[in-house]
Amino acid sequence: MIPAAFDYVAPTTVDDAVRALSEAGEDAKVIAGGQSLLPVLRMRLAAPSKLIDLGRIPELRGVREDGDTLVIGAMTTHYEVQRDPLVREHALLLACATDTVADPQVRHRGTLGGSLAHADPAGDLLAPALALDAELVVSGMDGRRAVPATEFFTDFFETSLRPGEILCEIRLPKYTGWSAHYEKFNRVAQAWSIVAVAAAVRVENDTIAQARVGLTNMAATPVRATAVEQALIGQPATPEAITEAAQHAAEGTAPTTDGNADVEYRQHLARVLTSRAVTAALST
Amino acid sequence: MTATIEPEVGRARLRKEDARLIAGRTRWTDNLTLPGLLHMAIMRSPLAHARITRVDVSSARQLPGVIAVFTGADLADEQGSLPCAWPITEDMLSPNAPSIAVDQVNFAGEAVAVVVARSAYEAADAIEAIDIDYEDLPVVLDMEAAVADGADLVHADLGTNKSATWVFDSAEAGTGSEVEEAIAGAEVLIERTYRQQRLIPAFMEPRSVMVDPTGEQFTLWSATQIPHILRIMLAMTLSVPEHKVRVIAPDVGGGFGGKLQVTPEEVLTFLVARRLGKPVKYTESRSESILAAHHGRDQLQKLTLSARRDGTVTGLKVELLADMGAYLRLVGPGVPILGAFMFNSIYKFPAYRFVCTNVFTNKTPTDAYRGAGRPEATFAIERLMDELAAELDLDPVAVRERNWIRHEEFPFTTVAGLTYDSGNYEAATARAKELFAYDALRAEQAQRRERGDTVQLGIGTSTFTEMCGLAPSRVLGALAYSAGGWEHAAIRMLPTGKVEVVTGSSPHGQGHETAWSQIVADQLGVPFEDVEVLHGDTQSSHKGMDTYGSRSLTVGAIAVVQAADKVKAKAAKVAAHMLEAAESDVEFAAGAFRVRGAGADATSVSIQDVALAVFAAHDLPEGVEPNLDSEATFDPENFSFPHGTHLCAVEVDTETGRVRIREYVAVDDVGRVVNPLIVEGQVHGGLAQGIAQALFEEAVHDESGTLTTGTLADYLVPSAADLPNFTTDRTETPATSNPLGVKGVGEAGTIASTPAVVNAVVDAVRHLGVSDVQMPCTPLRVWRAIHTGQTDAGGLGGEAGGGLGSMGGTQ
Repeated sequence: MIPAAFDYVAPTTVDDAVRALSEAGEDAKVIAGGQSLLPVLRMRLAAPSKLIDLGRIPELRGVREDGDTLVIGAMTTHYEVQRDPLVREHALLLACATDTVADPQVRHRGTLGGSLAHADPAGDLLAPALALDAELVVSGMDGRRAVPATEFFTDFFETSLRPGEILCEIRLPKYTGWSAHYEKFNRVAQAWSIVAVAAAVRVENDTIAQARVGLTNMAATPVRATAVEQALIGQPATPEAITEAAQHAAEGTAPTTDGNADVEYRQHLARVLTSRAVTAALST
Repeated sequence: MTATIEPEVGRARLRKEDARLIAGRTRWTDNLTLPGLLHMAIMRSPLAHARITRVDVSSARQLPGVIAVFTGADLADEQGSLPCAWPITEDMLSPNAPSIAVDQVNFAGEAVAVVVARSAYEAADAIEAIDIDYEDLPVVLDMEAAVADGADLVHADLGTNKSATWVFDSAEAGTGSEVEEAIAGAEVLIERTYRQQRLIPAFMEPRSVMVDPTGEQFTLWSATQIPHILRIMLAMTLSVPEHKVRVIAPDVGGGFGGKLQVTPEEVLTFLVARRLGKPVKYTESRSESILAAHHGRDQLQKLTLSARRDGTVTGLKVELLADMGAYLRLVGPGVPILGAFMFNSIYKFPAYRFVCTNVFTNKTPTDAYRGAGRPEATFAIERLMDELAAELDLDPVAVRERNWIRHEEFPFTTVAGLTYDSGNYEAATARAKELFAYDALRAEQAQRRERGDTVQLGIGTSTFTEMCGLAPSRVLGALAYSAGGWEHAAIRMLPTGKVEVVTGSSPHGQGHETAWSQIVADQLGVPFEDVEVLHGDTQSSHKGMDTYGSRSLTVGAIAVVQAADKVKAKAAKVAAHMLEAAESDVEFAAGAFRVRGAGADATSVSIQDVALAVFAAHDLPEGVEPNLDSEATFDPENFSFPHGTHLCAVEVDTETGRVRIREYVAVDDVGRVVNPLIVEGQVHGGLAQGIAQALFEEAVHDESGTLTTGTLADYLVPSAADLPNFTTDRTETPATSNPLGVKGVGEAGTIASTPAVVNAVVDAVRHLGVSDVQMPCTPLRVWRAIHTGQTDAGGLGGEAGGGLGSMGGTQ
């Protein structure tokens, strides 16, 4: 498991990183923790000529508030996201999903931005980002732009990042006072999700006032279960109402078949897990 | 010096070897280096069955750091055929087994070229530059298809995919009656087909080998379980004189049977080092280990059990297909035969017939994996006993009790011809039921069923036994195994009274250094700390049969005890002389010799005093050699038969199919215990591996013969987070077949646990119409079984799910 030879640079500012990436051309690859990239390199599934390591850029790390927005640096590790009080307060769903990522070693190395830019549909942080209407700020030689999560994930392991662009920060509206749960279904603790459901709800006077539901691994990209959300809004927070709304969970999904699940089973799981995710969220 | 008073045997000593193993203060083979060391990498076939039509290594040879590139053709004349030590029948077909394919590849992962370079990095790069053309051949994967008429052939020259058919019939052997008569007269027949999925041993330390050809002897370091067997086999395979080969197994990180092998990688490293005259090392990657190190299990079991309506069993017929993969490896053909004697288990079957056909397929060769044959047999019989209970609406434990050998009936000769020396199934079962709260869980199960809970509870039983402590040499001879089953030990009394114990067993995680020290401390009355255990180097430990089949304690440690007896006998002569007494008047206790009946205050000489006196040799009795050192070789009279009762409660989420183990109780009887902590560790690890077969692990090939579970992201080895708390306890029925009263423990947990878990899963959903779920019982399979009755969803032909498997597909 020895990767092919590559050059390595570790810039200390975003500007330097963008310049290095743009100069290195198409064969270069950004490394943002390496929890997904390193196995790919070691198995020689990819052989980039140059790695640009974002791990030494202080401005890409940390959580802050910007008015009504929560801003998380792309290189903030999963461990830091888990432990951050601002994330718990304003984006509980993201914290819940991050809690389920792999194991402590991975969570100390892997980063939120790395996970989103890798765009593995079985990755656990894409659905929360989508459900929470995240905005992804990317930087390239032409400057910065903000991409809504709905436009960021385009296909299996594909994003709308343009050549030479780097994901810098994740901006989330504050979901203060919402309850949330990430219901993950996998075969062993460290395995990827077969299906998972990210649910955040806000209850007013025993009625579901707002709901956000995102699905992991139910298509080539994360899926927003809008039909479920609409069915939940205005309903009393009862098991019957939740179960009924969850019946819409598989609508608009296009899951794959693999050794762990086929399409029918994944769609069934999406319904069952949606019901459980919303129920669990309401009990937080 | 004070002698040890508290007996060491029975103490829960922390393991001597743990500090260095856990802290990494040790030398694994891959950590070793030599001046001028070269590194080898292996190019492996991506195809399962193909002719090699062109090999171009010219660009690889030009790359920086590359010393040499060899193909099969380059090594064909000297590689010989990898050894198979177990020709189970006289007419067994065994294809030539090259270490590197010459003109045809027969499984994906077979070596097709090797690169030797100055660094491992350069060797890996050069592999990419090798160009090989193949012409596809039809791929043989399914065992039933492989034995059908007109099947495509793995080895065309053999004319068949059947290697051998081995039969045991109780009527023919005179150990029982005719099974067809029992079946014809049966009041109840249980007919089932079970599949033992293919498993991957997944030891923690990948295999590694280094060969130094620059001395008078070739020295080979290998992460192996079998340094002694390896030395002999290398000599025989490669026509190198045995005395010119030294094999060293340094600290070895796990094996589980997976390192009970003479590997192509060992042979290739040896050949290449010899050719170049320079030291060469090869260390496999995890992916190579998963792909190319031998696999385990992979049987199809057609089973017929006959019984009376009161639950008394009357006959058992077993028809097996066992997948050998592409070649016969060291003991591969014999693995199902080790199971042949265990299908009848603890039960008094009057009639038994076993037929096994070993089959070639275009898959990685199979061989021993923890339990080797016995888990397969135990799974089959324990599943059948639950099925019989369900058929007759009897309690599964009660059905077992009706049929098992009662404590007062030991020793008992079974329908398979083995004599079980001892056992107490009643005691182990009673204790397990008590710890498990059996009746309360049955009550909860009934309640959940009644209210139609989405989470159902199931209870699984496994009252297992196994044969281990391989093995009486005469039995191995009768089974046509090529070697004996004895073990050797030597004890060296050093002048300062310290002790070196040389053992032919070869630990790779078991804790021999601790256990042997405890035994010798008691035998010689020396402090535990004063004993050093030497192993794993054919130069210091010159004679041995190594470690597998739960044999180290029941065979290897008995040799140690016998060597200690000889030391004491020699020392007694000298001690008597020193005490100015007749030898017959001297007794040995707590490390000291005294005149018998002289009282505790009488003059004594310690064994250390004797050791120093013998070293000086100034005043020894007439005719006594100045040497206490002794050796012994022990050949067991019988196997050891550990047994136990395991009870498992699972919760099955009927909405998702997920299985959660709620309670697991293991009451094992492994006879007298040397170190309870080591036994506990063996039981826990064994349970984890057995549960892994029941719920998690499966080597899956697609229709082209590509292993789709080629990483640990796809081949799901469970971690502690996936396993329940185990409740373990022991009953202690000493073995009567050895002086320590010990039985093996290395495989017990694995053998017992798999059927306990699957029985529990089926029990949870039997009322929903499910009578079987194929292993591993994945959520998909359980859910499908509940909702459609299909038992084998997913699996063969399926793509690996999620993670690296799916990632690879998009690159």
